[in-house]
Amino acid sequence: MSELWRDDYLSWGRTVRARHLVSNPTSQALAAEIVARSPSVLAYGCGRSYGDAPLNPGGRLIDCRGLDRIISFDGQTGVLTCEAGVRLADILAILCQPEADNGGWFLPVVPGTRFATVGGAIANDVHGKNQHRLGTFGRHVSALELARSDGTRWICSQNENADLFAATIGGIGLTGFILNATIQLQRVQGLAVEAEDIRFNNLDEFFSLAAESDAYWDYTAAWIDSFAKGRSLGRGIFSRARRIPGCAAWPPALQPRIALPPMPPISLIRPFTVWAFNAAYWRKSSFRSRSSNTGSYENVFFPLDAIADWNRVYGPKGFFQFQCVVPPPAARDAVADLLRLTARSVQGSFITGLKTFGDVPSPGLMSFPMRGTSLALDIPNRGPPTRRFLAQLEHVVMQAGGRIYPAKDAAMSAASLRQGYPQVGTFIEHIDPGFSSALAQRLALTSATR
Amino acid sequence: MVSSPSSGRTVAIFGAASDIAMAVARLCAQAGDLLVLVGRDDAALSALAADLAERGAARIAVQKADFGQVAALPGVVQAAWERFDGIDVALIAYAIQPDQPAAEQNPAAAEAALIVNFVSPALLLGEIARRCKAQGSGTIAAITSVAGDRGRKSNYIYGAAKGGLHRFLEGLRHSLHAAGVSVVDIRPGFVVTKLTAHLDRRGVLWATPDRVAKDIFEAIASGRPVLYTPWFWQPIMVAVRGLPRWVFHRTSF
Repeated sequence: MSELWRDDYLSWGRTVRARHLVSNPTSQALAAEIVARSPSVLAYGCGRSYGDAPLNPGGRLIDCRGLDRIISFDGQTGVLTCEAGVRLADILAILCQPEADNGGWFLPVVPGTRFATVGGAIANDVHGKNQHRLGTFGRHVSALELARSDGTRWICSQNENADLFAATIGGIGLTGFILNATIQLQRVQGLAVEAEDIRFNNLDEFFSLAAESDAYWDYTAAWIDSFAKGRSLGRGIFSRARRIPGCAAWPPALQPRIALPPMPPISLIRPFTVWAFNAAYWRKSSFRSRSSNTGSYENVFFPLDAIADWNRVYGPKGFFQFQCVVPPPAARDAVADLLRLTARSVQGSFITGLKTFGDVPSPGLMSFPMRGTSLALDIPNRGPPTRRFLAQLEHVVMQAGGRIYPAKDAAMSAASLRQGYPQVGTFIEHIDPGFSSALAQRLALTSATR
Repeated sequence: MVSSPSSGRTVAIFGAASDIAMAVARLCAQAGDLLVLVGRDDAALSALAADLAERGAARIAVQKADFGQVAALPGVVQAAWERFDGIDVALIAYAIQPDQPAAEQNPAAAEAALIVNFVSPALLLGEIARRCKAQGSGTIAAITSVAGDRGRKSNYIYGAAKGGLHRFLEGLRHSLHAAGVSVVDIRPGFVVTKLTAHLDRRGVLWATPDRVAKDIFEAIASGRPVLYTPWFWQPIMVAVRGLPRWVFHRTSF
């Protein structure tokens, strides 16, 4: 097995450039062996995290994609065991296929891309548009096996090594190397979905649509026109979807349908193009304020997956994503403040997402979702002004008692992490001293026993 | 687990734990084939077998073999043949990538590379061909490389073995034509695999094993004689082969 210094391992936002010593183990035993003899190591999956969480500059990365085997699946109970490098897309393609009654098994929680690994989904405790119903990915993990740098391997679940289990779910890859996991799939009566898009004119309309929809629709989220100001502040399109019993949908193809050319020399995301895209998208259903369609879940759950490497449109400097959640009493005002800042920044946000989170508890000490409203912004990297803008956003979130999502972050301060995640002290006790990441260094997350 | 229409083929893959072979095996499993997985690493093959079972393979057998031991090859083929009583498709997928400068200094390294990349697959192909000829059917496929199309300074030991294999397969195709046996020569370009882990793999010419496997799966099904994968390697290699020597000698690749 080879080990090489490489500089082509990036995160999805492409803002961090660094050299890594990369290993490509092809078995769990080899991976555990590398973990045990490395002073500074981190697992790397498909690089779909936006910020600096998946990188370990100057240290070692273990590329997990050689660990992509399904170990077992029980078609009666829906219990799946697989290696951590299996992508969600692979599970959908193999196991989430229509059965005789057009129903079948489905991943209970999927993030906005199916090209993430199971290990990454656990380490970031990802959520989807059905967070208000089923919570996060980690809630559906019944067990996982962790390799630690002291050479030990741990089976973790709610009952066995429960502390380590809670630290690992949402633990940003710092508690050890996830070798394999057992997931409880969800039985659905139809794999197809019906989806509705409803235009709304301001933030208040968003909140009433969300309140009305969350009771009857499994999947809800909204897109916001980040340039709208004044009375139109927070206008956008509310998308909601639910399963159609008895209606089948085949998994989408494993390859994205559209490929972008290699890296454009400059960012295609300019203030004008962002404005034009946002304005056009808002008007896309100009004749009707409501549209609906039924069929494959691909467009509803994974709209951006249709285009391979869409992150390249931001050019060589890349982009930041900023996702926060703000708890209810302050949520409406805080979101309005964040959107006002964004509209005023000239930078704009190419794709802006808004979603209300429900009460379903997350199992991880460091899990991001909590009751409240979550806003996600895509911000082109223009250097120091962008950093200052991110700091302003961070300030608003902290004032409102919210928190920022580590999986997407590359800029928050250590103080904000500690304020947003009160259990961080307990989490640090479980960090493996052999593990490190750019995020861990930035946020001073190192093992107490080091 | 997933019920697929069984194609009923028996597919033997020699070097089944290689990245490309593994991706082809997954496509065969989805098609409901019976699979014989032959390779060096028992643990890797067993893990692969479990994965393939969940992907729909009708039956799977795992067989340990060291392809560097050429004397043992007839026994390897015999055993594979007996697993499910005959073989419809044989895919030869093993290779090693020698370090060219080191192998130029060290005859033992060059010899090992030539044996595993040419002598061994040629003898194995001969054994398989004999049986296919006797049964009057079958598809024999071998993964060679675009590196076999023209010798160049950076990897001519590997390239020579692969180029030899091109000729061997060509002759085999001629010989088996009357018997109705197809011979498929698969020439991938740069693929992101364990074999190439030591190279800088950025750039548009690099393909994933999944991409290449899809082409291989289809070429085997249609019995296509020579496959360049991805497709753009065909015009590239036409150009590389056609380059006058005085121009070629000025290149550094």
